[in-house]
Amino acid sequence: MLRKLFQEEGAKGALIATVSTVVVFGLAVWAIAASPNWNKVQNQFFSARHMSDSWPQVSRGFLINIELFLIAMVLIPVVSLLVAVMRSLRGPGFFPLRLLSLVFVDLFRGIPLYLLIVLLGFGVPTLRMDGVPNSARFWALTALVLSYSAYTAEIYRSGIDAVPESQRSSARALGLTQWQSLRFAILPQAVRNVVPALMNTVVSLQKDVALVGIVGVRDALREADIYTDRFFNYSSYMVATVLFLLISIPLTRAVDWYVARDRAQRAQVMA
Amino acid sequence: MSAPVPSSSSNLSSSASPSSRGRSPKLALVDVYKSFGDKPVLNGLDLVVNEHDVVCLIGPSGCGKSTILRCIDLLDPIDRGQILLDGVDITVPGTDANRLRRRIGIVFQSYNLFPHMSVLDNVTLGPRRAHGVERRRAEAKARELLDRFGLGDKAGDYPNKMSGGQNQRAAIVRALMVEPEILLLDEVTSALDPELVGEVLGVIRELSAQGLTMILATHEMGFARDVATTVAFLHEGRVLEAGPPATIFDTPQQPRTQQFLQRVTEAGRL
Repeated sequence: MLRKLFQEEGAKGALIATVSTVVVFGLAVWAIAASPNWNKVQNQFFSARHMSDSWPQVSRGFLINIELFLIAMVLIPVVSLLVAVMRSLRGPGFFPLRLLSLVFVDLFRGIPLYLLIVLLGFGVPTLRMDGVPNSARFWALTALVLSYSAYTAEIYRSGIDAVPESQRSSARALGLTQWQSLRFAILPQAVRNVVPALMNTVVSLQKDVALVGIVGVRDALREADIYTDRFFNYSSYMVATVLFLLISIPLTRAVDWYVARDRAQRAQVMA
Repeated sequence: MSAPVPSSSSNLSSSASPSSRGRSPKLALVDVYKSFGDKPVLNGLDLVVNEHDVVCLIGPSGCGKSTILRCIDLLDPIDRGQILLDGVDITVPGTDANRLRRRIGIVFQSYNLFPHMSVLDNVTLGPRRAHGVERRRAEAKARELLDRFGLGDKAGDYPNKMSGGQNQRAAIVRALMVEPEILLLDEVTSALDPELVGEVLGVIRELSAQGLTMILATHEMGFARDVATTVAFLHEGRVLEAGPPATIFDTPQQPRTQQFLQRVTEAGRL
């Protein structure tokens, strides 16, 4: 990535890029280090001892983040595609399904994710319903899936709408049913249209998983909270920060790479 | 695709009612009305198509040519009137449109092949998914038809890798896969570069020689004169004049028809 950045600049450009980078970052570091309270902050946020002491519990919590992220990654595409397909079915007979889909999207996209996690995570277990899981973790995950599915359904729908109407006509003209037309002709094109948008959702989901701590799920952030409450030192948050970055930076790079490749392939097809 | 020679149709006129001939026509549109919003497109249209007929619909843009074809294939519902296939009204509620589309094929102006599928998959999708034909049989038939229309080496290609003419021939093969009784062709050469028009017209000519019943919306007057058994001139959503090509092109009766043909001739299309 860095090499590519330099390659675009040429030899003289590379020199300017290097110098300006050193100057900019140097100034930033100097400004922070020269601030009156830097010593205290360094001790509060970057204490090596507190970092290594908090590591076991924060990293254990991070495994929960990863677990919830992976489960959500499987559920969200399925739920959202279902919602999007229901929305694009035509004919008066499908009105109830379209309405259901509309209500789903309006409701779960309209409630802030934070609030939804609180409502479901604290609310549902309190009902003590039979046969329904009562763990905060389950309901926090459910809130995450519902909220993200509502957004993702709209992404799918925009992809479905972007497929020309004539494709639907020609599928129907072959004798395919409405469902078969969607399944074989429309959806494959629609999904391909929205892959870049879907990938960006994945990156943002990976971070929003940290919100499950609100209802007491002991994820990385919650464990960092607990450590801080006990030792009055914030270094545990830095551990959590680094753990999230370790996943999200490679993920973002991978998404960029994929989107760029996709764009190049499409450009080739057009030519 | 049975009789080798198309029967040359006689006394076909736009106003002929389905019962005015000895046997019932293959397809009859009776007093059909269709509007999009408050814009009327078909205005009490009558049209009779007998077996082995090649009917060419001509007329200015917006006169309803494409709409007729879409209505016959039930892609657009009509507002009023009847469309009789072998004497049975197909516009009544309860008609199984998917089954009907085994009997009527349609080819569109802009081919509408599915861009994410190879030619072979495009062509076999309908038979396999809609009509339950097993893959091997569908593919064997597809290869035979692709061969016949000069696309034998294109089966694995994707539509965007092929010329417009090849795309359109593949689209025709796709429509022929179910052996339709009637083939509808909606300005199938309008989107093509001039040098590619010939190869597609050649395919249609071959189909007409085999006696396939066809309805074409077309701007290719020379071709219409050549292959049509009936030419119908449309004006404001109805058939103003219809008859054998020689009559319509050489001695049109209606001033509107004369005007239209005059303009077409001036544009060098006849």
